[in-house]
Amino acid sequence: MDEGRAQRRGVSPRLWLAGGWLLLALLAAIFAPLVGPQDPLAQDLMLERLPPFWMNGAEPGYWLGTDSLGRDLLSRLIFGGRIAFIVAFSAAIAACLVGSTLGLIAGYFGGWADRIISRVVDVWMAFPPVLFAILLVAVLGTGLSSVILAIAIIDWTRFCRVIRAETMGQSHMDYVENARIAGYGRIGIMLREVLPNVVPSIVALLSLEMGIAVIVEAILSFVNLSISTDDPTWGGIIAEGRLSIHQAWWVLVFPLITLILTVLSFSQFGEALKTRFDPVLR
Amino acid sequence: MSGCLDIRDLSAVLPNGQRVLRSVSLAVQPGEVCALVGESGAGKTMIGKAVLGVLPSSVRIVEGDMRLEGEDLGKLPPKARRTLIGARTALIPQDPLTALNPSRRVGSQMTDRLVRILGWSGERADTRIRQLLDEVQIRDPDRVLKSYPHELSGGMRQRVLIAAAFAAEPRLIVADEPTTALDVTVQKQILRLIVQLQREHGTAILFVTHDLGVVAKISQKVSVLYAGKVVEEAETAALFAAPQHPYTRALMAATPRYTDPFASLKPVDEAVLAGLASEIAAADQAWRRPHG
Ligand SMILES: Nc1ncnc2c1ncn2[C@@H]1O[C@H](COP(=O)(O)OP(=O)(O)OP(=O)(O)O)[C@@H](O)[C@H]1O
Ligand SMILES: [Mg+2]
Repeated sequence: MDEGRAQRRGVSPRLWLAGGWLLLALLAAIFAPLVGPQDPLAQDLMLERLPPFWMNGAEPGYWLGTDSLGRDLLSRLIFGGRIAFIVAFSAAIAACLVGSTLGLIAGYFGGWADRIISRVVDVWMAFPPVLFAILLVAVLGTGLSSVILAIAIIDWTRFCRVIRAETMGQSHMDYVENARIAGYGRIGIMLREVLPNVVPSIVALLSLEMGIAVIVEAILSFVNLSISTDDPTWGGIIAEGRLSIHQAWWVLVFPLITLILTVLSFSQFGEALKTRFDPVLR
Repeated sequence: MSGCLDIRDLSAVLPNGQRVLRSVSLAVQPGEVCALVGESGAGKTMIGKAVLGVLPSSVRIVEGDMRLEGEDLGKLPPKARRTLIGARTALIPQDPLTALNPSRRVGSQMTDRLVRILGWSGERADTRIRQLLDEVQIRDPDRVLKSYPHELSGGMRQRVLIAAAFAAEPRLIVADEPTTALDVTVQKQILRLIVQLQREHGTAILFVTHDLGVVAKISQKVSVLYAGKVVEEAETAALFAAPQHPYTRALMAATPRYTDPFASLKPVDEAVLAGLASEIAAADQAWRRPHG
């Protein structure tokens, strides 16, 4: 138990840092019209490639500088966060619901249900995910909902595999047998006895998946396959920044930092939550 | 008349056709403690699981019948069988840690069963559980009920499981080496508790152990198991006074006098094992003939 406490203390800063960044980014995205200093779409050729605030030639109100069309980078990042979070939450939750349910069924019931589900997962995972995503969006058409759908369709297997394995491990525990002796029904045991024990993993995966969804969305934006190119997206900004790396490095570097921080925070936050949720580790 | 538990000619096989239970017959009378002894791998747990209806899916019962208070378990539809087993039996497991759900509080796990299986009100279940916790000498029920299993000591957890097992007043409890996973100092207390509750509640117990010292102390009857076959069945006193089967004698000779609670079985004499092997082979031969 003492060990658990020590671990908890070690975990907390991680939880706070990651959670803090995510909260900040999320709030900024939600209240983008209020907190964004400029109109993210407003072009002004007089203001093109302004450097960030600490450099010579910076303009007040354009904290992180502007891109080659004179659009404010900070505002574009903040507005881009909206799409990033919408995609992160919807895609991860959809993938989680499908994957966890199937994983729970495969792991708990075993037999032919497991054989079918596992086979599908194997086949699914044989596709390289990024290629799969690009292909799917090409088929589904670009747009927010097809990006979300594509990510969910690709990544449910991540949940399915982990949850199946965990459920299998739990199903062989004596407490499940005890519940069977007591006469509980199979579904009841799966939901009331097994599920609470895999929830910590589901939570961790869910958070990790949100980070992954952010990356995938950025990649799709980068190759111009995400939503309409007018709205700023992190991937889109990175793609533009790449073209002007020699004249305005900040247009590439700041969105990259934002992206990396967000993705890392999601994964760290998930891990920290897992230890929080787990009664044995807690 | 019908006893509490009647197992007749029970045979179970693995997918490869090997028998893990070889025509086992066993009877437990109401209120009686019947010990099941044998070395590791003899099939003691398997018999317990067969009775409780939780055999591994790879193990198939191919012959024989089990009656719980006269009801033929094999003839009941699955749902009725589950209900009957749930209401009339309970398990005191070997490992008290894994037998409790790690992510649920002890209290809800204990009352759940009374509420959901027996249809009691939450209040009645709670009163009952507290009464049982008192019987197993847990003095701070509030703390225990609010705890998660890992927050309790091994001995505490086993007390909780004993209380849970007796709470629904089952007619038969299968106790599968209930003290093996515990501290030596706690083993005796737990054993004493089980016997005490068994007497007070008049519950029959099928007590699985490999410790003849325990057998001598608590049981009225013993079945000696070897390789899934009951080689000897007798009243406890009679068994210790005059063991009939060479394997039983060898077991007794191999067990240090009942002072050492760790009394584990030393290797049994080669000649006895050879005799057993041919006995088993003969039994399998005889069994295979009518079964193809
Ligand atoms: N899930 C399983 N599938 C197939 N065979 C099994 C399974 N579990 C146990 N067995 C085999 O069945 C036989 C009886 O095992 P069982 O667990 O009943 O022994 P035991 O007498 O309880 O031993 P121990 O004292 O070690 O608990 C053993 O030979 C074992 O290898
Ligand atoms: Mg065993």
